Amino acid sequence: MPAPKSVPLQLRYLAHARSGDKGNSANVGLIALEPEWYDLLRRQVTVARVRRHFRGMVSGVDRYELPNLSALNFLLHGALDGGGTISLKTDAQGKVYSTALLRMEIPVPAAVARAARKAAR
Amino acid sequence: MSARIVRIAGGQGFWGDWLEAPVRQVEGGPIDYLMMDYLAEVTMSILQKQKSRNPEAGYARDFVPLMGRILPTIVAKGIRVTSNAGGVNPRGCAEAVLRLARDHGFAGKLKVGLVSGDDLLPRLDELLTAGHQLRDMETGQPLSDIRSRVLSANAYLGMAPMVEALDRDAHVVITGRVTDTGLTLAPMFHEFGWDPDDWDKVAAGTVAGHIIECGAQSSGGNLLKDWRKVKGMANPGFPIVEVSDNGSFVVTKHPGTGGVVSVASVTEQLVYEMGNPHEYITPDGVADFTTIRLEQTGKDRVRVTGIRGAPRTPMLKVSIAYSYGFKAVGTLVYSWPDAYDKARAADRILRQRLKDLGLEFEQVLTEFVGVDATHGRLAGPADPEAPEVQLRVGVRSTDRAAVERFTREIAPLVLTGPPSVTGFAGGRPQVEEVVAYWPALIDRTAVEPGVRVEILEA
Repeated sequence: MPAPKSVPLQLRYLAHARSGDKGNSANVGLIALEPEWYDLLRRQVTVARVRRHFRGMVSGVDRYELPNLSALNFLLHGALDGGGTISLKTDAQGKVYSTALLRMEIPVPAAVARAARKAAR
Repeated sequence: MSARIVRIAGGQGFWGDWLEAPVRQVEGGPIDYLMMDYLAEVTMSILQKQKSRNPEAGYARDFVPLMGRILPTIVAKGIRVTSNAGGVNPRGCAEAVLRLARDHGFAGKLKVGLVSGDDLLPRLDELLTAGHQLRDMETGQPLSDIRSRVLSANAYLGMAPMVEALDRDAHVVITGRVTDTGLTLAPMFHEFGWDPDDWDKVAAGTVAGHIIECGAQSSGGNLLKDWRKVKGMANPGFPIVEVSDNGSFVVTKHPGTGGVVSVASVTEQLVYEMGNPHEYITPDGVADFTTIRLEQTGKDRVRVTGIRGAPRTPMLKVSIAYSYGFKAVGTLVYSWPDAYDKARAADRILRQRLKDLGLEFEQVLTEFVGVDATHGRLAGPADPEAPEVQLRVGVRSTDRAAVERFTREIAPLVLTGPPSVTGFAGGRPQVEEVVAYWPALIDRTAVEPGVRVEILEA
């Protein structure tokens, strides 16, 4: 049986997210909008992909899995121009790195893409 | 089997949070405790500065008039309060509350528990000499490198002194630097008499504390999922945990308030500022966030169960603030057509002028608000038809004079740079002193013998 056809889909259709700061690192908690999409996120939103997505903006990426919350937690190191009070950035505390991650595209089965886009309408 | 429930309400998520929230929490329905968190990481240094100018200052001043508004209700209903509003002067804060209580006719009717001993500034050199290096947890640098610039140093205390104050019948517990989560843990351990070495209970209380310590951020505020469907946010319900003797709890809010308590709203708060979820470390124990189970059991009710914990570590975290340098941020707005190109041209001119003046900066950061300020290059190319773009340039330096000179280079661009520029009515940018945060660890045996609990009566 051939593998189901994959199409690229932005994470905004599959997940919601919240971010905050840890010193000069931002954290992004990425939460599947439907629990059945968590495994797709776990397989596709890899450290390598997230590092590539944020290249030039962060110095390193760590990932933790929280299957109980259908969530992944990312630490984006060196993301905040020194962080806290030192940073000159508008987003000195990394509050909206969450939405920057939701711009990322991952390959998903066409049926999932259709369902996710439909749910977003 | 006990069916007893203890209700702990979050009243403030930070110093500057919505002033009506604590009032509505005590008036809007049954609660047993109100916890109010005032201390962000750098708040202590701001308070330290205020205290150095005025020995009676150094605490979150808003707390006192707020107590004035809720005092009649909390006395009538028997609601008790835990708060770290004491900052670097918990005694001053406690005395102000006692004066207030007497002025309101509650003499002899209010006991304030005062927790002190977190302030390590007076002992800092003694501690360094004794071999506590207080290295920066992120960089590994020893504190001795910046000793002369230290403004405040406070250990994060756990729940123990607050439990003691509640055991000794304090109605209001006022502390300096304690953990946000301890403000919630203390009422739970006091009420149920749990063993402080019952790590699963410590972990459960820690998670409960984490959920309510940022105010409405767990009950609909800043909620991304289906944000358009979050209703009634002119009167947001702040979160309340209803805790059972077995350590499980329900997150809810008062009836008739706006916002939402859902698995999504609680999950977004759980992942906020998260590090390694297996090890959420507090002075009281270590919580494993991968064991948390959430279940929607009714409208605006989420049950939280299954939380596992591990023993506390021998170390306490120390929050140190030090003088880092100076910064300023200037902005100008450029309008269509070619708004982004005009803003970029202005940035190039500004940078050339700073260079020609020979000014030294550790950092000059340019952002184009409306183009790349929040998402950088991920936002894609600028829209050539954008109605306006804000140029936002920040500088940072140890040289105050250089930053001061920068603040005088923004307005001149209006008549000496690209056209269609506006938005400078706010005047010259302000020079800000940068007080930076230095997180360190210390052996708890160096701190805990100095922790004191006093019960003061109005």
